[in-house]
Amino acid sequence: MNARSRFINWGAAVLVLALPFATHALLGQGWVRILDFALLYVLLALGLNIVVGYAGLLDLGYVAFFAVGAYCYALFASPQFDLHWPLWVLLPMGALLAACFGVLLGTPTLGLRGDYLAIVTLGFGEIIRIFLNNLNAPVNITNGPQGVSLIDPLHVGPWFLEKTYHVGGIEIPLVINIYFLFLVAVGLAIRLSQRLEGSRIGRAWAAIREDELAAASMGLNTRNLKLLAFAMGATFGGVSGGLFAGFQGFVSPESFTLQESVMILCMVVLGGMGNIAGVVLGAVLLSVLPEALRGLGGLQEFLFGKVWVDPSNLRLLVFGIALVLMMLLRPEGLLPARARQREFHESQ
Amino acid sequence: MDIFLQQLVNGLTLGSIYALVALGYTMVYGIMELINFAHGDVVMVGAMVALTALQVLTGWGLPPGIALAMAVAMAMAVCMVLGLAIERVAYRPLRRAPKLAPLITAIGLSIVLQQLAALIWGRSYRSFPAVLPADSVSWHGVIITSIQALIIVLAALLMAVLLLLVKRTALGRAMRATAQNPGVAQLMGVNTDRIIALTFALGSVLAAVAGVMVAAYYNVGNYTMGFMLGLKAFTAAVLGGIGNIPGAMLGGLLLGVVEAMGAGYIGDLTGGYFGSNYKDVFAFLVLIGVLVFHPNGLLGSRAREKV
Repeated sequence: MNARSRFINWGAAVLVLALPFATHALLGQGWVRILDFALLYVLLALGLNIVVGYAGLLDLGYVAFFAVGAYCYALFASPQFDLHWPLWVLLPMGALLAACFGVLLGTPTLGLRGDYLAIVTLGFGEIIRIFLNNLNAPVNITNGPQGVSLIDPLHVGPWFLEKTYHVGGIEIPLVINIYFLFLVAVGLAIRLSQRLEGSRIGRAWAAIREDELAAASMGLNTRNLKLLAFAMGATFGGVSGGLFAGFQGFVSPESFTLQESVMILCMVVLGGMGNIAGVVLGAVLLSVLPEALRGLGGLQEFLFGKVWVDPSNLRLLVFGIALVLMMLLRPEGLLPARARQREFHESQ
Repeated sequence: MDIFLQQLVNGLTLGSIYALVALGYTMVYGIMELINFAHGDVVMVGAMVALTALQVLTGWGLPPGIALAMAVAMAMAVCMVLGLAIERVAYRPLRRAPKLAPLITAIGLSIVLQQLAALIWGRSYRSFPAVLPADSVSWHGVIITSIQALIIVLAALLMAVLLLLVKRTALGRAMRATAQNPGVAQLMGVNTDRIIALTFALGSVLAAVAGVMVAAYYNVGNYTMGFMLGLKAFTAAVLGGIGNIPGAMLGGLLLGVVEAMGAGYIGDLTGGYFGSNYKDVFAFLVLIGVLVFHPNGLLGSRAREKV
């Protein structure tokens, strides 16, 4: 590593650490919250990247695993059943449960090809959501469409994240605490993804992605490897779900719609499937962009003196157009994996 | 038995609509191996255009029958142009791109269409003008409304015409050739670009009709109505074997009936524990069950692995 790239790395680290404080001081709490969610989406996108980017399985129901993790945390750490289990039990439990659901979904369906698998995963996501929405009768488990509220806040040992700390005159409220917790989670997820990618398993996934028949001929157990990809991706979803529930203090089925699955898929594909930096960029971009576009109402007033077009419509309209344009300009993703990029340009 | 027959009629009505929309998905998939995510929103645009046209035309004092026909024609025209535009803008430039790229542009376009519709028609639900007679025939306790009869007959007619078009005409042959192998079709003198555009136009016209049917059947139209309908229709297309035209028809009808039966019987079957709000779960479980035993859908041909 030369001096220059070391300098860049240190610069990036300082920037990431200082970002929430600067945002808090300049733009206020709301924007730090948006950063928190951006990190959560990075975590989800990294998980989906294992399934879609590494193993090449199109999953349109990924949000189901997120939901499983979130409800696992919500039901065991809220007044719903008057249980208040600690984070260290619930996060692994949520991850394990999500992985079980991944295997449950994968076992009967992994023989299916491409788009058939996509529709089955989509159906699975809908099934989970409908159950969450309706399991308030005959026995009230999920509290139905109202969702579960008053969920215990996140506590990591002596670190109470809902408290505001003061360190050397700098105020550290909930949203900044959460930022650092999520940052640690994202850091671990990135490291895990990197290690997976180059490992024996990661290379086996790449082989299956490129040519399943050839991979099977080489003696790879394609079914188990695909199941592992599903379970591994689901684990990421389960952990993010738990973190989401603890941060929000409230979960309802509305957070786990198909649109959410689709949005996470967009992050992965638009950023650059299979490339960690690309996926992170895609997730940050697509989660911050809609929020940034909220400013369009103010911009209209500034330019024309009055609001011509309903800003909430305009915001999504511009977002949709941006999605199309970005994909048309860079079909292989913003930061594509090197192998994929080569492939794409060779075929042209 | 009465409930069974009644739900069968309701299911066939819904299924006919699913089938018409599923045809759009399956034709595009057959030719380009692409899930056209914006298709459901084309259905929505068809419904909203017809709804507005109908309001204006009946306001001019035109007789309901003529007004309805003109409104449907307008919806078809608008949707055809929309389908052609979608293909041109979002799919043609990406034909050689990685497989998931057009999926993202499709999702983007779906968002754009929904938001444009919300800007034009507002976010509230709009009621469909009551131009169709509200008569119904009762036969052994089974009630068939005139709208239901009209939907089933019209859908059957359109599907028959489409099948004839694909199986018997030169255009249909060109479509099938393009679906099998675009490169070779081109060598045989087929203008594949035109065939693909035409496929989109055809699917969109069917979508327009389906949109009017849904709006008339449920008496409402809204900018989000295309989403769930598109999802169900896509499920139907996969159920029948995606890329297969008779498969989409069968899948649509079957999904409609399964859903209606689910709504009618789940409560009895589970002793009242689960109600009709699980009908979608039931439909998706049937889909998963079918795909486990028939991995290429009911009528889909077994894809040979190319070595």
